[in-house]
Amino acid sequence: MEAIEVDNLTKRYGGSTAVDSISFKVEEGEIFGFLGPNGSGKSTTIRMLTGIIKPDGGTAVIMGHDIKKDAIRAKQAMGVVPEMSNAYVELSAWNNLMLMGELYGVPKRDREERAKELLKQFGLYDRKESPARGFSKGMKQRLILCMALINQPSVLVLDEPTSGLDVESSRLIKDVIRELNRAGTTVFLTTHNMEDASQLCERIAIINRGVIAAIDRPEGLKQAAAFQSIELSFNRTVFAEDLSNFSCVKEVKKMGDKFRLYVEDVDLTMDCIMDYARSHDLKIVALNTLAPSLEDIFVSLTHKNKPGED
Amino acid sequence: MHQLEQLQRSFVVARKDVWIYYAKGPVMVFGLIFPLFLLMAFTIGRNMTVKDLFPGLMGMAIFFTSTAVGPAILPWEARSKTLERLVSSPVEVWALLLGDVFASFVFGLLISIIPLAIAILMGVDVLYLMVFGSGMILATFCFASLSILLSVYPPTDVPATVMMLSSLVRFPLVFISGVFIPVEEMPDWARTIASASPLTYFIDLARYSTTGISYYSIPTDLGVLTALALLFLVVSIKLHERFLPQRLS
Repeated sequence: MEAIEVDNLTKRYGGSTAVDSISFKVEEGEIFGFLGPNGSGKSTTIRMLTGIIKPDGGTAVIMGHDIKKDAIRAKQAMGVVPEMSNAYVELSAWNNLMLMGELYGVPKRDREERAKELLKQFGLYDRKESPARGFSKGMKQRLILCMALINQPSVLVLDEPTSGLDVESSRLIKDVIRELNRAGTTVFLTTHNMEDASQLCERIAIINRGVIAAIDRPEGLKQAAAFQSIELSFNRTVFAEDLSNFSCVKEVKKMGDKFRLYVEDVDLTMDCIMDYARSHDLKIVALNTLAPSLEDIFVSLTHKNKPGED
Repeated sequence: MHQLEQLQRSFVVARKDVWIYYAKGPVMVFGLIFPLFLLMAFTIGRNMTVKDLFPGLMGMAIFFTSTAVGPAILPWEARSKTLERLVSSPVEVWALLLGDVFASFVFGLLISIIPLAIAILMGVDVLYLMVFGSGMILATFCFASLSILLSVYPPTDVPATVMMLSSLVRFPLVFISGVFIPVEEMPDWARTIASASPLTYFIDLARYSTTGISYYSIPTDLGVLTALALLFLVVSIKLHERFLPQRLS
């Protein structure tokens, strides 16, 4: 069974379409990344999936429950960490968890045991009686994640879970996401951090201007890319314009004492580089061929400084 | 079963509201002192007895305490980024709002018991305790529902904006509801306006409870309070459902 099944989901605001008939499926036990630039429709999609806003068209089914027709059961199956979210800062960590447990109808004994486990797992147990007001951003985010997990959800929806966090909190959250996934939890997450997406997600969807631009495994997306890059450095300073003149080079970026050349044909470019080095009496200090990073793919698909199109 | 579950969750929301918004010294002191000051401002120098003051005092105590915080809860939750979390939990919007109403109701009722006790200690004799008690419960629930209705528009996350606009409704209501002048002594046009205010009916009941005299019949007072409580509740749920996405955006 699919954990999440989205079919032609649409949301309009006034005259503009924020999400335009998107469709995708997330298998049970999968970590699925949902990436997109700001204003691409990413958060609107998450808000529809979590029942915060109603779609104007299409359907979203969470663990077999339609988010429009059976919203409460769909919500009951989910744990949600909204992007713009906070714990109740007046309440202690413990009371925040008890409150969430009660709202999800978790029996008292279960929620107390679960809260104890979660607070220990996220390194907050020693501060369980402290009001969340005094927590750092990382601690608050860990607490919000604890709140999302109090009902032992089948599907965990995370909107930018590591955004702006310190390295320790970010690493802890990623480790817990992997651990939960190993235990069978389906994870649906958005992030701006391509490294996180690449490390965590089994499949990725890239949304741009309200439509899905691509869905595939991270490596599949990289292989499907129509460009590669070469990183090279010479023993003397050269001008980027010289390298741009190579017929097979689409774009040149200067990165410190190195250049990154976005190319379509690596073999042909190598010949050009060699000829250029010989004719200008240059020595090649470093030369690496690089597969496109997920960030390159993302930028390429979302048409922001698309390599080779500048 | 599902509705019962939701009702239970609305009690959870109510308890959260009491912890976070009501169980604070300044809120409670405001609830007690403000109606008293307002009443003193309009009665000092008019040679009125405590018995004469009682209906107005109780009306203002219940009205101001049960509408004191309610309008600010949703904007405040939106501002402090807890509303989105709450809306994504398996709680229907009606249960969420009913929870807010319950919290205002409990706060209004408990705080209003204090001026009631003081009035009784000062010699006010409540002749019809059942009528007064029913009226007090219905009126508090009615005003608590009104307090949620007052936060519907604009769907802002600025509590001060909502509180200012709610004051524009709450203060005129006090002046048209027979707090300072009994309804029977008002001119016809004022009496017509007074009949539109829920506070009028509670004050009429409170006056009956101590003097045996009322302008409207007791079933009318109780019936109108019940009808208005339900009307405010249903309308506020419908409107909040409509405007909630805007408040969250």
